[in-house]
This record gives sequence, C-alpha cells and structure tokens, in this order.
Amino acid sequence: MINTRDILETIRMIREENLDIRTVTMGISLFDCISDDPKRLEERIYGKITLSAKNLVAVCEALERTYGIPIVNKRISVTPMSLVGAGLDRDGFVRLAAVLERAADTLGVNFIGGFSALVQKGMTRGSAALIDAIPEALTVTERVCSSVNVATTKAGINMDAVRRMGEIIKETAYLTRERDSIGCAKLVVFANIPEDNPFMAGALHGVGEPDCVINVGVSGPGVVAAAVKEAGDCDFSTLADTVKKIAFKITRVGQLIAAEAAKRLGVPYGIVDLSLAPTPAAGDSVAEILENMGLSTCGMHGTTAALALLNDAVKKGGVMASSHVGGLSGAFIPVSEDRGMISAVERGILSIEKLEAMTAVCSVGLDMLAVAGDTPASTISGIIADEISIGVVNTKTTAVRIIPVWGKTVGEEAEFGGLLGHAPIMPIRNESCEAFISRGGRIPAPIHSLKN
Amino acid sequence: MKAVVTVTGKDRVGIIAMASCECAKYGANIVDISQTVLGEYFAMIMLVDLDELSVDFKSFADGMERAGGECGVDIRVMHEDIFNSMHRI
Repeated sequence: MINTRDILETIRMIREENLDIRTVTMGISLFDCISDDPKRLEERIYGKITLSAKNLVAVCEALERTYGIPIVNKRISVTPMSLVGAGLDRDGFVRLAAVLERAADTLGVNFIGGFSALVQKGMTRGSAALIDAIPEALTVTERVCSSVNVATTKAGINMDAVRRMGEIIKETAYLTRERDSIGCAKLVVFANIPEDNPFMAGALHGVGEPDCVINVGVSGPGVVAAAVKEAGDCDFSTLADTVKKIAFKITRVGQLIAAEAAKRLGVPYGIVDLSLAPTPAAGDSVAEILENMGLSTCGMHGTTAALALLNDAVKKGGVMASSHVGGLSGAFIPVSEDRGMISAVERGILSIEKLEAMTAVCSVGLDMLAVAGDTPASTISGIIADEISIGVVNTKTTAVRIIPVWGKTVGEEAEFGGLLGHAPIMPIRNESCEAFISRGGRIPAPIHSLKN
Repeated sequence: MKAVVTVTGKDRVGIIAMASCECAKYGANIVDISQTVLGEYFAMIMLVDLDELSVDFKSFADGMERAGGECGVDIRVMHEDIFNSMHRI
C-alpha cells in the first residue's frame, strides 16, 4: 500500500495548499466549418463546438469526484477566428463572437479562446476586420477571449499592429467602462504565441494541431510556497531541488488528469502546461513563493533572480513528469490575480519596470496590469512594444494584458471580480512615445533568428 | 480499481466499525488498513477494492462521506492512481 505519509501529503496539498488542476482545455479545429455563406459558417461553428465538447464538463466533474482534486476551469480553444472567417467584415466577426459565446453557454464552459489574429508580419483584410471587431465583441460577450500575435522572433515586430492594438485596447476599455474596463482583461497581445496554450485569455487552437485535443494546465503556487517555506534556511541548490521535486509531483497529477480526460472523451492528449498560475485567494500566490525565498516583498531587488530560479526549477521538475509539455509553461505574474503582487504594488515596491524585467525570465508578460484610463493609446502601444521586444529577442513568449481603467487614475483601484481579482492603478511614465509608435512598418527580426 | 479512503477526526468508539460497515454495504472490499490515534486525533487510511461495487463510484464516495459526517469524522474517497502518480515513478 502507498505510504501513509505520501497519502497525507497529497491530501494536505489539495485541502490546505490549494493544489488544483487549473484548466482542462479542449482545442477544436474549425477549418472544416469554413463557408462563403456567413450564416452557414455560424451554424457549422456552433454545431462543431457543441458536438465536440458536449461531454467536456461532465467528464471533468466525474474526474474531480474520482480523484478528489478540483478542476477549476473547463475551457475551449478554437482555430483563430481570423482564419476561419477570413472573408467576413467587422460586423460578421462580432456575430461570430456571439456564436462562440452561445456555444460556451450551451456547454457550461468557463471561457472560450480563439477570437484571434496572427499578424506578426502583416495584416490580411480578415485579420484587420477581426481586430476592428474586438472592442465590440468583448463588450457583447462574457466568456469569449481574444488574442493578437503581433510579433515572432522569425518575423520581427509588426509595429502597425502594435500601434493599432493600443487603440483597440483603449476602445475596449471605453466600451466596458461601466465594469472597470473589464473587456481588456479578455484581450492579450502576444509575441511568439504558443499554439497549444490551455490558459486564457491567450488560448487558441493552432493550425498544426489535430482536429480535437485535450490540453491541461496545472497549478499550485501554494504547494510550492509551502515547500519553500518548509525547506527553511537552505542554500540555492537545495532550494532549486525542493522546487523541482514538488513541481514533479504537481505535474504528475496534471498528466494523470490529462491522460484520463483524453481517454474518456475519446480525443488525443496534447500537452500539460507547467505554469504556476496564482489566484487572488490566500495561499495561492507566486509572490508568496518569492517572499518565502527571502525577499521581504515581491518587487524588492533580488526578485528577478528568485523568479528565474523558480521558473527554471518548475520546468526541470515538471518536464520528466509529463510525456508532452507545452503551452506557456512557466510562472505567471498577473498582478490583479495574485494577492502578494497586489500588496507589493499597493506598497509601491513592485513597479512596471520591475514587472517588465521579471517577464524576461518567466513565461508570460505584463499581465492584468491596471493603468490610468487617460493613458494615451500610443503609450499603451509603447508598453506593448517594449514587452514584445523582450519576447522577440529572447526567443520566448511574452504578452501584454493591460487595462486602462476608464475614469480611474493612480491611487484608485479596479475591481474585476472572481479569478480576475482587483488591481491598484499603477503609475507609468507620463512623457510621449507618440512619434516613435507612429513611424509604422516593421521592426526587423533579430539576427539570431537566422538559424538555418 | 482501488480507492484510498481516509478517515480523520476526533477519536471515539466505533469509527472503524462504521467505516467498514459502510464499505461492506456498497460491496467495497477492504484490502489494507493503517490506523493510528495521536492524542485525541484519529486517522485511518483504507485501501479498498471497488471491482464488486454495487453502486457507481460517485454514489459510493457520497455515501461514505455522508456516513462520516453523521459520525463526526471526515471521510474522503479518492482513486488510488492520484497517489501512485504523485509518489511513484
């Protein structure tokens, strides 16, 4: 029989340290729904999604019961809508977003991602129409998530798209102004977007993916924080080993659920995403892990090094525990969703510059960052351009999910509710980058992209 | 398949009797038990074989947890594979 101590450890991780499966995400290809008749396209999309995922929620609930571990989100990602609806105009894309919402509602899933465009090198007419539709699409829907890939290491940065996304984010903030501009929380601007990411708001089902697939995102910042605390005053090698061991255990659970969900749903298992995803709940914070390593507050000097160690050890521990690893795989640092980050920002210790530095060594980017509502679109684009450059030059994924909270300014707070949490409005530079952003064109790909 | 049943709570007479009676009621065969009392705290871990279960897994788990609640202890039923996955390579 399994060792009693091991059994109790697993139970403690789930009950006291918030270990959960953050998401089981079904990726669905919609290429076979393409039609030159918009009505027919909408019907096929709704039909395919609701048929493919009809058992998703029920299977996940049965797995929760059988294995005794919560599966927090059941989600769907689809082929980027700009490809499926390439011939549509702006209004056609808004209607498609409503179709996705209706499908998500029918299935009872938490989010559906893939209202997306890939414009790293240039924008097709369809991509431009989808991007124009984003503000309204995110206003008339609740569960639809949108992402736009504006750069890759291979293609460089499409600065026209970066400039446009600054305007789109401002417009989305305005249209959802009654709810602290929450529309922007469902919109991410990416560099090097992964095609198998199960996490929102950036999930999409890439063009090289199979017809249908199950991807799983594990979590467990609380478990890692507890292990680091228990390790006490050890040296860095021991600290890294501690994180590796616990990451292995967490990922094994993800692998089990992924394999079992795929089997029960009769679709292939894709990847396990090794990200540490925090929530606003107490004891579920990435900042707390860093603080348990010896920082008085997340954002203090030393934070980037601590995060680099954490991120690397999580991957090393997780990679052996899973047969296929993918998605974003790293520590998330969404400000509004992490109690420790919120507190560090409120105390003025964690700044946007420090967050930017942290994103150079962890998986994602400037995430769930609230700034003043009167921030110019060009400044938002400047923030995006900086963050995207880090991803392009370092051959990694970076992203920006920023919320210019309409009508609010530094010193106030935005409340998004649920897993999205709340965020203090962060101060940013008040000078201008307008002339830089309005140059237009592309920033060329870095020299090390030429690997052949 | 096998499941791990954990029973924890304040010690009292009849906890093992209650838990094993419940298992028998549903056709769950106990294959291993480890039990200890620390001070007033009772902790028991049972490995049960569910191949001959007379109801589905959910009904068994719900029934066990309800019986535990009535007896003032916390009972959890989890598939053994979650422990095997986490602690065995």
